[in-house]
Amino acid sequence: MTFYSILLMLIFPFLACGETVRVAVASNFASTMEKIKEAFEALSSHELAMSYGSTGKLYAQIRNGAPYDLFLAADVERPMRLEREERAVSGSRFTYAFGRLVLWSPTLAIEEGAVLKSADFRFLALANPKLAPYGEAARAVLLKLALWDSLMSEKRIVVGENIGQTFQFVKSGNAQIGFVARSQIIDLGLKGAWEVPPDWYDPIEQQGVLLSDSPGAKALCRFLASEQGLALISKGGYRVP
Amino acid sequence: MLNHADMMAWVVTLKLALVTTLILLVLGTPIAWWLSRTHWRYKFVLEALIALPLVLPPTVLGFYLLLTLGPNGPIGGALQWFGGDSLAFTFSGLVVGSVLYSFPFVVQPLQNAFTAVGLRPLEAAATLGASRWDQFWSIVVPMTRPAFLTAMVLGFAHTVGEFGVVLMIGGNIPGETQVLSIAIYEHVEGLEYENAHWLAGGLLLLSFSVLSIVYCLNRRFRGVWI
Amino acid sequence: MMGMEVDLVVRHGDFRLDAVFTVQSTGVTVLFGASGCGKTSLLRAIAGLDRHKGVIRFGETLWQDKNTFIPAYQRGIGYVFQEASLFEHLDVLGNIAYGAKRMAKGRGRLSLPKVIELLGLEGLVERSVEQLSGGERQRVAIARAIAMNPRVLLMDEPLASLDRARKHQLLPYFDRLRKELGLPIIYVSHSMDEVARLADRIVLIKNGGVRAEGGESDIHGRNNLYEEFNDQPETILERVVLG
Repeated sequence: MTFYSILLMLIFPFLACGETVRVAVASNFASTMEKIKEAFEALSSHELAMSYGSTGKLYAQIRNGAPYDLFLAADVERPMRLEREERAVSGSRFTYAFGRLVLWSPTLAIEEGAVLKSADFRFLALANPKLAPYGEAARAVLLKLALWDSLMSEKRIVVGENIGQTFQFVKSGNAQIGFVARSQIIDLGLKGAWEVPPDWYDPIEQQGVLLSDSPGAKALCRFLASEQGLALISKGGYRVP
Repeated sequence: MLNHADMMAWVVTLKLALVTTLILLVLGTPIAWWLSRTHWRYKFVLEALIALPLVLPPTVLGFYLLLTLGPNGPIGGALQWFGGDSLAFTFSGLVVGSVLYSFPFVVQPLQNAFTAVGLRPLEAAATLGASRWDQFWSIVVPMTRPAFLTAMVLGFAHTVGEFGVVLMIGGNIPGETQVLSIAIYEHVEGLEYENAHWLAGGLLLLSFSVLSIVYCLNRRFRGVWI
Repeated sequence: MMGMEVDLVVRHGDFRLDAVFTVQSTGVTVLFGASGCGKTSLLRAIAGLDRHKGVIRFGETLWQDKNTFIPAYQRGIGYVFQEASLFEHLDVLGNIAYGAKRMAKGRGRLSLPKVIELLGLEGLVERSVEQLSGGERQRVAIARAIAMNPRVLLMDEPLASLDRARKHQLLPYFDRLRKELGLPIIYVSHSMDEVARLADRIVLIKNGGVRAEGGESDIHGRNNLYEEFNDQPETILERVVLG
């Protein structure tokens, strides 16, 4: 097989050119992914086309036939389900990062979470717990602090469709405080943010899974596990596996 | 069948549609009247502004509303200065968004119908002792009843179906800003198809019934039709 | 003196009409002239439907001058348009009663049955407007205008849109109006037939101004006038004025 591949590559040089890899990426990984795309495309002949969204939404789309080559989710469950439902290449599941939840407010002092008990904020933003793992983690934290029910009944919790929208709510000041991904505020120098102790919530293990045979997708997976890739991911505000 | 959150979504949606339609009638009628009578050479500017929601993606409208109503924006900032609260993530905020979003659907049918009335009936009424106010209520309104009905129905239905604007400025708060379209969306995204069916089916039934009644009633009205 | 004094400059783009004349407090005054001479514009200005520069005085009331303008609905006028312009959403009775409901204060009511009888509308009272013929519509329009007991009745070529047969049918009603109501009527027309039949006074409009006003004595011998009709209004009037 290798002989014929080499033969083909010699006779038809343009076959050796890269293809476009379609990647579905969880919103929280967006800015990190942009940097990865830059580095990856410099090294290989492949091009990346990214679609961002909440993990749940992307999962639903893939399940209904959306033509992605690789899915980088923000949890374990969705990639696992896809494997079980035989929509993914079996055995291709891998963990590419661990998400870090932060509580962030550009205007209020966080005081290690004590602010949540106060009446200083009108609205607290988090991602939709049904659709986004960071939202689920935030809900877990609030349940642990016994604040979920009271804040819900006071209608002070606003839910973003994905973590990106959640970030927007806080950044625009419409929500005074919110649970976002550390990766989202790393470019702001982490000002006004407090990292929630990891043992307060189940680890946000972010897994990826191959959806097709695309060689470009495989190359990307290898890159994500490489030293250079891991460095970029860590710099992006995640813990690396 | 329907859980508590879904029931609340119905209530919020219907409340929003009713309040919005009412406000649109009160605000939209005088504006439509003025537009149909004025000869101001820059009238087209106002008409274009009003028609914007017809062509802009609702998310654009919602996005700018979020910025404007937020504490850093002109309206939100002014409100806070007066000691009020921001309108984002509130029912009132949704009303503001819905009114802007459905404005052309109310103003345009009315404006067309008012223009079609023409000058002569009003001149005749004036010679018979009717003041402008009197002319409006005794001549224009009866003659344009179908258009009023159309405007109300369009405004109502358009608000019920609103999604993009609410998505941006609603915050998805059950009982406050979670409307049917958002609830359905959430169910679908979360693969809760049965809940989605119940809500979506109910909405479809409601819309169809309302429209049928309106079109049936419309045949009974003589007078100016758009 | 309950007559009307008119001193207006009517302008439309390049067109200009200087109209200075008086209207008596009783009888039919015809504003007579060729098409396009501005007589309709003049009538509308008198009604207050359009505003032009000048002064209009009605009896002791100042309707219009440089600083004042009383709008149409407050002048207590009745107006009949060339096309009946009835209200489509009301039936015949509704149309006739419309003005009666909005009468100026202090005016006595004209009884609706009398008005209906005057214009021969007894059988039509509950019809809807669409079912009426052209002649019937004009009669309803006239009934509507007089039901509010106006101080003056303005009519803009009310027979113009009707065929000859209908015109002849309607003219007797106008005679009755003249005789039984005793209110001043200002009637716009370009038809010699109508002038001859109806006018107590004529205001001749030509070339941007009022060329002649014919009083009672000038219309002496009106029946001869009718026979000599030959489409040259000023010739006939000169004859009238001179002899």
